[in-house]
Amino acid sequence: MNNPVIRIQGLSVAYGDKPAVRNVEVDIPARQITVIIGPSGCGKTTLLRSMSRLLDLIEGVRVEGQVIFEGQNIYDPGSDVTEVRKRVGLLAQRPFPLPMSIYENVAYGPRLHGMRKRVEMNALVEKELRAAGLWDEVKDRLHTPASALSIGQQQRLCLARGLAVEPEVLLCDEATSALDPISARRIEERLLELKANYTIVLVTHVLRQARRLADYVIFMYLGELIEHGPASQVFSNPGEARTRAYLEGEFY
Amino acid sequence: MLGLMIASVILVIGVLLLILVTVMVKGLPALSLQMLIQVPKGGYYLGKEGGILNAIAGSLALASGATLLSFVFGMAVALYLQLFAGNSRVVHLVQLSLDVLWGVPSIVYGAFGFTLLLLLGLRASLLGGIIALALLELPIMVRAMEEVMCMVPFQLKEASYALGATRLETALRVLVRQAAPGLLTAMLLAFGRGIGDAASVLFTAGYTDRMPTSLLRPVASLPLAVFFQLGTPLPEVQQRAYAAALVLIVIVLITSIVTRLLTRRLSRHVIR
Repeated sequence: MNNPVIRIQGLSVAYGDKPAVRNVEVDIPARQITVIIGPSGCGKTTLLRSMSRLLDLIEGVRVEGQVIFEGQNIYDPGSDVTEVRKRVGLLAQRPFPLPMSIYENVAYGPRLHGMRKRVEMNALVEKELRAAGLWDEVKDRLHTPASALSIGQQQRLCLARGLAVEPEVLLCDEATSALDPISARRIEERLLELKANYTIVLVTHVLRQARRLADYVIFMYLGELIEHGPASQVFSNPGEARTRAYLEGEFY
Repeated sequence: MLGLMIASVILVIGVLLLILVTVMVKGLPALSLQMLIQVPKGGYYLGKEGGILNAIAGSLALASGATLLSFVFGMAVALYLQLFAGNSRVVHLVQLSLDVLWGVPSIVYGAFGFTLLLLLGLRASLLGGIIALALLELPIMVRAMEEVMCMVPFQLKEASYALGATRLETALRVLVRQAAPGLLTAMLLAFGRGIGDAASVLFTAGYTDRMPTSLLRPVASLPLAVFFQLGTPLPEVQQRAYAAALVLIVIVLITSIVTRLLTRRLSRHVIR
């Protein structure tokens, strides 16, 4: 693979004594959508979150191995956690807007990282809300509470909020599973547009969604990486029996 | 069994109504505008001219000051507990201390506060009363704050961390906003406990017929106004004690209503 953005090497994660991900080796290609599939409890979400050091927030978690992002292991003792989290964004399963206005939600990240100028901020908020496909719906009520938006709008707001800190990678954790089909489609359309500029890693248990979006596929089973490769290859001609069985719907 | 439950529920409501009715029946006749806008004049405690404005102003100053002071310290403790929740031994120790402090009788705070004043070279004063009341209010404040902060969903904090926020930034900008209505309620609870307490201000704030003018001078308070007037042998002065109690109840009631309204405003942004 030429120029992977993230290289995962020998990654194992355990919650207390319970292993969740075992010895994963994989490269995440730049400016493509990588989809992680696999049955529930296979370690998809853990693998995803390991790429932004969000696992640190969970008590008793142990991480071994390396996640190399732009030539640096993000688990190095000297690594700047907040910088990693800033450059690798997250779109969670259920939208959680911050308890503030629509405008403030988008401005939250940039403000943390030192952006102060009003004009600059206004332009940025508009740009990211447009990128998330929400601008036309909220431009007249930017200063009203984000909590009043519909859940589909909230998820697009969370997308805009994540884009506003200008990450290079966007992690999506079943980001459409709480949404109605139309809202889910909107998010999917955005992701397809965004992959021109961002590296996207997406966890999903909806195989049709995986087929629609994936350029690259990672198949996980019981904490182990079973197979990975370009989507066309994995979907049409999987190399492993377990991948084939999963794709044919023999287990979930 | 059900009969016992119903009887107990009626008892609870009944006691509240009985208190309100007693205070109103005994206090309303003695309540007048003059009582609310004047300080005691000569012979007030023998049933002559004057009012309890000194005690109303004193109580408001004492309870507001104490609530602000305990809010500042309470907030610091509550945020510390949130930020270092991983270090569970410290958290448990703090929680245990707060629970014990909550159970400490208010006269003990009064006595302790008095000793503290002597050490600091102060005498009974508004400042002394505020310090003693703040100590009294602190446990209830922190416990209530902690409850609401624990209710903040993990995903909300994660959303903030995922944008590159530090623990402190997340606590100050997200946690506090999400918990804001609950924090206000915590202040109300603490204020209610503070304004009604007599024993802790007895030695620390003292009593005076003058209006509060300085942090270093004694102040009057409504609970002590009730106490002193009820202790006289004159029926008309005792009636004034009930009137003072009524004023105290009305102040707490108004505070509750204002807090409710403010809470609704603050809740606009809360994520459910």
